[in-house]
Amino acid sequence: MVIEVKQANPMGPGIDAPGREMRYREAFNKTLRDELRRDPNVFIMGEDVAGGAGRAHLGLVDSWGGPFAATKGLIQEFGARRIKDTPISEAAMVGAAVGAALTGTRPVIDLMYFDFATVAFDQLLSNAAKSRYMFGGQTKIPITLFARSGAGSGHAAQHSESFYSIIAHIPGLKVVAPSDAYTVRGLLAAAIRDDDPVIVCNHKKLMNLSGFVPDDSYTIELGRGRRVREGSDVTLVGMSWTTEVCKQAADKLAAEGVSADVIDILSMSPLDEDIILESVKKTNKVVIVDEDTPRCSMASEIAAVIADKAFDFLDAPVKRVTGPHTPVPYSRPLETAFIPDAAAVVGTTKRLLGLE
Amino acid sequence: MQISKEKLAWMYETMYRIRRFEERLLEETVKGNAMGVAHTSDGEEAGPTGICAHLTEKDWIGSTHRGHGHCIAKGVETNRMMAEIFGRLTGMCKGKGGSMHIADFSKGMLGANGIVGASVPLAVGAALSARYFGSDAIGVAFFGDGATSQGVVHESMNLAAIWRLPVIFACENNHYAESTPVEYAVAGSDIADRAAGYGIPGVVVDGMDVFAVYEAAGEAVRRARAGEGPTLLELKTYRYHGHYHADEPLKYRLKEEEDLWKKRDPIPGFEQRVVQQKLMTASALEQIRAKIDAEIEAAVKFALESPLPPIEELYTDVYVNYSNPVQGLR
Repeated sequence: MVIEVKQANPMGPGIDAPGREMRYREAFNKTLRDELRRDPNVFIMGEDVAGGAGRAHLGLVDSWGGPFAATKGLIQEFGARRIKDTPISEAAMVGAAVGAALTGTRPVIDLMYFDFATVAFDQLLSNAAKSRYMFGGQTKIPITLFARSGAGSGHAAQHSESFYSIIAHIPGLKVVAPSDAYTVRGLLAAAIRDDDPVIVCNHKKLMNLSGFVPDDSYTIELGRGRRVREGSDVTLVGMSWTTEVCKQAADKLAAEGVSADVIDILSMSPLDEDIILESVKKTNKVVIVDEDTPRCSMASEIAAVIADKAFDFLDAPVKRVTGPHTPVPYSRPLETAFIPDAAAVVGTTKRLLGLE
Repeated sequence: MQISKEKLAWMYETMYRIRRFEERLLEETVKGNAMGVAHTSDGEEAGPTGICAHLTEKDWIGSTHRGHGHCIAKGVETNRMMAEIFGRLTGMCKGKGGSMHIADFSKGMLGANGIVGASVPLAVGAALSARYFGSDAIGVAFFGDGATSQGVVHESMNLAAIWRLPVIFACENNHYAESTPVEYAVAGSDIADRAAGYGIPGVVVDGMDVFAVYEAAGEAVRRARAGEGPTLLELKTYRYHGHYHADEPLKYRLKEEEDLWKKRDPIPGFEQRVVQQKLMTASALEQIRAKIDAEIEAAVKFALESPLPPIEELYTDVYVNYSNPVQGLR
């Protein structure tokens, strides 16, 4: 039997809290608004975050409200001092955010696509990640960056990355991937309130999915995973969009009498090893599902943690279901084949369990 | 300025081909036949046409996410472009790249690019290898006003200037970086002014007038081939549609502004001028349009009838050689 776990208890409020259904993107926007209201030192920078910048005199102030409407309506409430359109200058934006954070503000950056983190990579690696350490803990770098990750929308190779492990690899940076409207609210708020640099990755395929979101503001602790299905035969580990894939796979497996425990890691760095290990110790079998390319991926890292710390509990090899070692292709059938789907997870799981 | 009759006809044909290609592409995108986002450049046809009129297949161009016009002006076949955007195996890149990544190395087209500013170092590199091989080929980087805010663009201009490389920086200032207006995002008055910082010529050009572009580009190409170094051309132009097919530009700009630019449309402007000056006849222009209309219809048909790539294509072309491929772990 599979029990659906609807909320992230004990990390946030439960489903009995007052709240409503909303889309992922709406929860994101609502959280930005909450945090801007809560802390006067929080401000947002990014391309098109206001839209039609400098054109209030024409009555044009909020054309786009940012990529994926993340910042829609914020310029009206908070003004151009706090909602700052930038030129297409990722390196300057992230570098200036570090400088601004070192001197008392809490910048929030819209990087647009996750791929564009590489345009600002030197600033992320050499300044954001290392300043606190190099300067002997004299300072902190409370910046938040958000970006859209993942394939599945025909954006082709340069707008579809899921390279979470590249960021997770860097000491000094944190990276999280909310997987539904509930977790985006709690994790984005936590990221903005956190005193370290945090990158919040939002998968494009999650943007328009709806889910329950409590009315009152809350945070989800960075570095805590959650269980989204309770089961006993096998552990499925998901992240970002692949949490949805794992849930679909668990439902299909349940119909065939296989009970899957589904863990959504939520945070790649810090990584909640305990929730994964605890589940593997219960089920003794694990399939890790990661959309990213497999070499040096989060899937590989999680597999290494399990091999290291739960080897004696394993009844079968640790399996990974990932994208191939290729860039993301454009043409739809190829793009669809790139992304791990529920059928692939079910197939791998059944082979692992000796059912095929 | 003397322009041969053949060159005039080519210019008209090229501008109209770009326009018609993108009009039909938008229609097909709405129908769902193109698989991703379509960034169209209608309104900006005079720029790539007036510049590429001076180039041959041995010259190289780098392009942007809004690259259909550059491809067409450099001679990439429209049927294989359309097929690429429809994600078909017969596409320029076997359907793997799509609209933002059309390339044709046989035509000197280094690829459309999804990273803003990326064309600039690539064209500098093409100029570097031309110099290396002692050829008189040149590189042209097409990029937008938005790209001038990227550090790599300035690093590349400096590099090209100190090495006096045969390259042209063709900045298509269409006045919007996605929705952000140039007067907000770009400091100073003209982008062309930035050339002074590198000690190279910077020229403001009417990007709605193919004759003006042709003339300015002629001098830039002459300089490049003569070893006199790079030139920055700022083509003042306008993007008729939004940033991509579903964008609604009237949310961030006024109808009056659009109308003013459309009055200066490069295609009717060309028609009036050549007919008035008796360089071409109205019926010759009409024949060209009919030919192109048929060509683009055939391209749509070719694309629709072409096969999708087989799944095995997902795994090819990552490397030239790789001893241990990983076809996705399942």
